[in-house]
Amino acid sequence: MKLKLKIWRQTGPTSAGRLVDYAADHVSPDMSFLEMLDVVNEGLIKQGEDAIAFDSDCREGICGTCSLVVNGIPHGPDRGTTVCQLHMRRFKEGDTVTIEPWRAVAFPVVKDLVVDRSAMDRVIAAGGYVSVNVGGAPDGNAIAIPKEIAETAMDSAACIGCGACVAACKNASAHLFMGAKISHLSLLPQGQAERQRRVVAMIEQADAEGFGSCSNEGECEAVCPKEIPISNIARMTREYMKAMLATR
Amino acid sequence: MKLDAKTPSGALAEKWDRHKFEMKLVNPANKRKYTVICVGTGLAGASAAASLGELGYNVLNFCIQDSPRRAHSIAAQGGINAAKNYQNDGDSVYRLFYDTVKGGDYRSREANVYRLAQLSVNIIDQCVAQGVPFAREYGGLLDNRSFGGAQVSRTFYARGQTGQQLLLGAYQSLMRQVHQRAVRLFTRREMLDLVVIDGQARGIIVRNLMTGAIERYAADAVILATGGYGTAYYLSTNAVGSNVTAIWRAHKRGALFANPCYTQIHPTCIPVSGEHQSKLTLMSESLRNDGRVWVPKKTGDARSPEQIPEAERDYYLERKYPSFGNLVPRDVASRNAKEACDEGRGVGESGLAVYLDFQDAIQRLGADVIKEKYGNLFHMYQKITDENPYKVPMRIYPAIHYTMGGLWVDYNLMSNLPGLHVLGEANFSDHGANRLGASALMQGLADGYFVIPYTIGHYLASTTQPKVTADHDAFKEAADNAQRQITRLLSVKGNRGIREIHRELGRIMWDDVGMARTAESLERALTAIPKLRDEFWNGVSVPGTPDNLNQSLEYAGRVADYLEFAELLALDALHRRESCGGHFREESQTPEGEALRDDENYAYVAAWEFTGVGRQPELHKEPLQFEEVHPTQRSYK
Ligand SMILES: Cc1cc2nc3c(=O)[nH]c(=O)nc-3n(C[C@H](O)[C@H](O)[C@H](O)COP(=O)(O)OP(=O)(O)OC[C@H]3O[C@@H](n4cnc5c(N)ncnc54)[C@H](O)[C@@H]3O)c2cc1C
Ligand code: FES
Repeated sequence: MKLKLKIWRQTGPTSAGRLVDYAADHVSPDMSFLEMLDVVNEGLIKQGEDAIAFDSDCREGICGTCSLVVNGIPHGPDRGTTVCQLHMRRFKEGDTVTIEPWRAVAFPVVKDLVVDRSAMDRVIAAGGYVSVNVGGAPDGNAIAIPKEIAETAMDSAACIGCGACVAACKNASAHLFMGAKISHLSLLPQGQAERQRRVVAMIEQADAEGFGSCSNEGECEAVCPKEIPISNIARMTREYMKAMLATR
Repeated sequence: MKLDAKTPSGALAEKWDRHKFEMKLVNPANKRKYTVICVGTGLAGASAAASLGELGYNVLNFCIQDSPRRAHSIAAQGGINAAKNYQNDGDSVYRLFYDTVKGGDYRSREANVYRLAQLSVNIIDQCVAQGVPFAREYGGLLDNRSFGGAQVSRTFYARGQTGQQLLLGAYQSLMRQVHQRAVRLFTRREMLDLVVIDGQARGIIVRNLMTGAIERYAADAVILATGGYGTAYYLSTNAVGSNVTAIWRAHKRGALFANPCYTQIHPTCIPVSGEHQSKLTLMSESLRNDGRVWVPKKTGDARSPEQIPEAERDYYLERKYPSFGNLVPRDVASRNAKEACDEGRGVGESGLAVYLDFQDAIQRLGADVIKEKYGNLFHMYQKITDENPYKVPMRIYPAIHYTMGGLWVDYNLMSNLPGLHVLGEANFSDHGANRLGASALMQGLADGYFVIPYTIGHYLASTTQPKVTADHDAFKEAADNAQRQITRLLSVKGNRGIREIHRELGRIMWDDVGMARTAESLERALTAIPKLRDEFWNGVSVPGTPDNLNQSLEYAGRVADYLEFAELLALDALHRRESCGGHFREESQTPEGEALRDDENYAYVAAWEFTGVGRQPELHKEPLQFEEVHPTQRSYK
């Protein structure tokens, strides 16, 4: 199948970018979206042209590296799917496909479709952990955790930190990303000691990074490749209120 | 050069405790005066950097991804072993040790493996304390599943995302140290050279992938935890950025490369669909707990699977290996799949696949239970193949998955170059010629959380070194060296694609240095690889400039290293005229077609010394002694 591509090209962080037209003439339905781009790049490289820069690594939907907005939707049209797992059978002969980077104040463009997401790491560094040094941990079965709680914590912990939620949000809010980590740790007994400190520290850091606030648009949940529910944000808000009341 | 494994004396079970006592310590107040470079943020690197930061060392931590959390360890699916015996099914440290030595086909070091089994139990405790949401039973205690090569249930898991959850635990601990300024993080940096001064590893040269700047970092010790080299085969289950570059360039600076030919082929991957394919997707081994592997009994049977009656199916693993059944080790399962396809009984369009069927398990347990256990894997399968594995059996085929070989290290995880430590998949140490499932995560975390914090202290406390800074001539020489390679890559200006050449290398490796190797196929590869290397250096096209993000340049550098390294891999395979574990030489098999070892001549670690590109490397042998487990013909019947 043949496709028309409109791809965001930008040579560096400070230069202006624009959409450039490319033709993808030999697309097989079994290709993944990124393999389709590989083929386009192979063509460009052979002509000695600068390849289109885009991020990917695992190509199986778990590392959170790939980050493309396809036809206006982060990770493209398939629900619960990263763009590396999106397959070309989803497209039709002659389709025009627009490909852009994640857009958010906190995610400056590095080049073409590649952005800098280190702000998310700094939010985790502010408090997204249990402070236990290596050594001296009690036996793994010392604390029984009801299965339902472990499963709910796992549902939240499944976040791959790709940042699609931020890219989809008109406020560029990182609430779903943070809510998932805060839920994961506040549900488990191990996370209790730092429960209040954590939520406050992470939210403060997110503000400092330029992530916006949440106005309940729900776009984040809709594009999350791991289908992390928006109830994680509600849980985070509760945690934050509790922490604020406690510190008064 | 005499290789000293530095294995402590004494009874096997006491070696590590005694060694911990005998090792020198660094005074807590002095630790921050020592700088340690750690390259890699996978399970091995992140756990090492976090632990050393906690201890008070000044740690510099590097990775090529934009975030440490994206290291390839994130993709591990099935689980992590530990000898907890929570199931009361007869497990013990000794049994895990025994299974691992046997699974590795008696080509690993007993003392290392025993320590690994001992530490396995601490890993689970540590991870639980970090909040890793392992699967649990209704009573709230930790759940286990079974993996190949074991008759006990000792694998801990977090759905099909165990690697992700373990890595996030380590990453979070790491970020806590970053926050406390004990660890400085350098993301999107690629190590391009190791700096050796007076025989000691004293620093690294990296390329800042965002700006193209060549940067120098000096330290008192260097740790490489840069993962495996499976992408030498182009198609593998590894992440596309996985590479041999860091360890290969350290090898070129004098570090010995051990057992490069020990590569693992995973039996259950989604088959190749076409030329465009950029990677293969693993379907976790845990699926073999409930999935049954079969092919039609008749050759060339083109009926769809549901039309083939029970009596005309060959559940060949259950038939040939009644006691382990579908849970035989990976090398055995892979070779049997290849054999079935070679006989013309393969399924799917290409005939290069076998079925992995869940119908019985779904009937027995219900689709919901199967979904809870494997939901994300089934989802992934359906995404890629457009087929519903709840309804039709999966089609699977073996693929390159893991590399047991790596830089040679002693019991302290130090290479022959003083100060250079190597952890995780990048070293060669614990898995012999075949790794058992769920043991890589265990090894990476044992190395990083529990071994290196002791042994690096011992090294630093017992070594005197001059102070060096990155202005030293050796840094300049290494930085120039890295720069020269970049300039050279950009100046070829040929018309061949980088990927095209990598793909061709992969084809050579898979066909001639793959699942079944012969002297003839290996000789063929040894002629083809240098030829392809010449074609690369004369004809590759690397567009763009060196002074910004240039993914073509990064990729070309990695492929260039693979074109050198692949030759060593093939040469090692040729020199080892026996079959063992994942290394199968057709000339050396039992009448039943199982791998036949030659203990008399090959019970050693082959550690290769670099002598120049395209030149015969020098072989050093570390003999392997088995005092506890007597090597026998492995049997999983
Ligand atoms: C799909 C899949 C599933 C698996 N499932 C399991 C399982 O269920 N159980 C199990 O035990 N094992 C499993 N394994 C194996 C296991 O995941 C790996 O062996 C292990 O995670 C390797 O960890 P590591 O820390 O050594 O390296 P990696 O996680 O590969 O990390 C390498 C690090 O080094 C960095 N790096 C690499 N090169 C450079 C360079 N040149 N410069 C700077 N930095 C560099 C990378 O950025 C990264 O941070 C699986 C493997 C795959 C591919
Ligand atoms: S490349 Fe890893 S999630 Fe897409």
